[in-house]
Amino acid sequence: MPSLGADMEAGTLVEWLVKPGDEVSRGDIVAVVETQKGAIEIECFEAGKVSELMAQVGQTVPVGEPLAQIGDAEEPSLTTPEPSPEPAARPEKVAAKTPPKPAVAAPAMSGLRASPAARRAAQDAGLDLSGVTGSGPDGAIVLDDVLAAAKAPASSPKPGGAMSEMRKAVAAAMSRSKREIPHFSVTHTIDTQGVSEWLATQNEGRSPADRVLLGAVFVKAAAIAARSVKALNGHYEDDAFLPSDEVNTGVAIALRGGGLVAPALLQTDQMTLAEVMQGMRDLVSRARAGRLKGSEMTRGTLTISSLGESGAEKMTGVIFPPQVALLTVGAPQIRPWVVDQKVVPREVTRFVLSADHRVCDGRQASKFLTILADKLSKPEEL
Amino acid sequence: MTDKEIREIFLKELNKIAPDIGPDDVSDDDHIQDDLELDSMDVLNLVTALDEALGVSIPEVDYPQIETLAKAVQYLSSKLQ
Repeated sequence: MPSLGADMEAGTLVEWLVKPGDEVSRGDIVAVVETQKGAIEIECFEAGKVSELMAQVGQTVPVGEPLAQIGDAEEPSLTTPEPSPEPAARPEKVAAKTPPKPAVAAPAMSGLRASPAARRAAQDAGLDLSGVTGSGPDGAIVLDDVLAAAKAPASSPKPGGAMSEMRKAVAAAMSRSKREIPHFSVTHTIDTQGVSEWLATQNEGRSPADRVLLGAVFVKAAAIAARSVKALNGHYEDDAFLPSDEVNTGVAIALRGGGLVAPALLQTDQMTLAEVMQGMRDLVSRARAGRLKGSEMTRGTLTISSLGESGAEKMTGVIFPPQVALLTVGAPQIRPWVVDQKVVPREVTRFVLSADHRVCDGRQASKFLTILADKLSKPEEL
Repeated sequence: MTDKEIREIFLKELNKIAPDIGPDDVSDDDHIQDDLELDSMDVLNLVTALDEALGVSIPEVDYPQIETLAKAVQYLSSKLQ
């Protein structure tokens, strides 16, 4: 069971996508795991033949415990992605010597397409999703289906009631962040009228499927800035900062029904603007369908959180551990602005970079925002 | 195409994007962002879906014309005539 986010302790196996005897390749999706932040697809990081499925659908499995075995017993290996953060849980030892720890039973949810909210509601209600008829796209089970089946009120917390699993996950990760990371922040207000006008012109001749949102432009520009300021791009682990060679921008996505996930868009700085937009569209779609991949939940190197194109002008964010920086983007506003010695109304946007003082200072954070402003002043080069 | 058919298509596509919003949950004057909490990506996906379903490519400057169900039906109806 891989760790799919800060403070994740266990996950519930929802679905196996392979069976013993199947040949698997590196990167194949082999299972779906339900976490506090919804369903996540687990990728295989080794190639070979599946020899044993060691966890049962419905089991809640602690992080680090084996899910399955690939290859012969003499050469055991695991389907769990990437080295486990728990050395004692290395697959070879656990697979060869001990069975999985006793797992907590959970309602069976195998082989079904269901929204995260539906899965959460079913779990809360002790409802088996296999008995629920889906009314969503392609027969997917949605929250209303579960509520109707359970004949119960919505699972969202009532005043004075328990926190949802999503809120618990957000609370745990953010509490850890605020407790362990000495945050500081720098703010830069950038004239974004030029980039908005440029984008409007670009989108004018495009079909809706090919249009690009302003948020994608910000993500691409931020990725280039992160590539230039390496002290802000990477992970802080075991009392050391590990800068990343890749710029994998986490994109904060608000989930309907509450909560946030921040899957990563891998190697964003290498993408064209159209690819960034397509990637964001894909992430949002899969985040809402509960089909994010484990690697997307763990490989982010710097996260971007945007308030959208209307609303509050500024937000100071909390860094997602083990990352060391988070960029928040306020809603663009029309403000008096000095252009060529004259005060004129312009669209401006406030960017706030929260950074980890253990690895960088205001100088690097300021440099990041300066580069960001420069890139946004020349959107045609993005 | 009748207004009733346009309305049904709009609600169907909206439900695909936001499965928690059923056809009976939407009032004529609900704002798709302020009341139904669609974000800019959702709105673009809705516009894309309407383009595919109805063959109406809604330009960005016209997005305010589909900000409620009632406005959208009126706007799309005028484009389909």
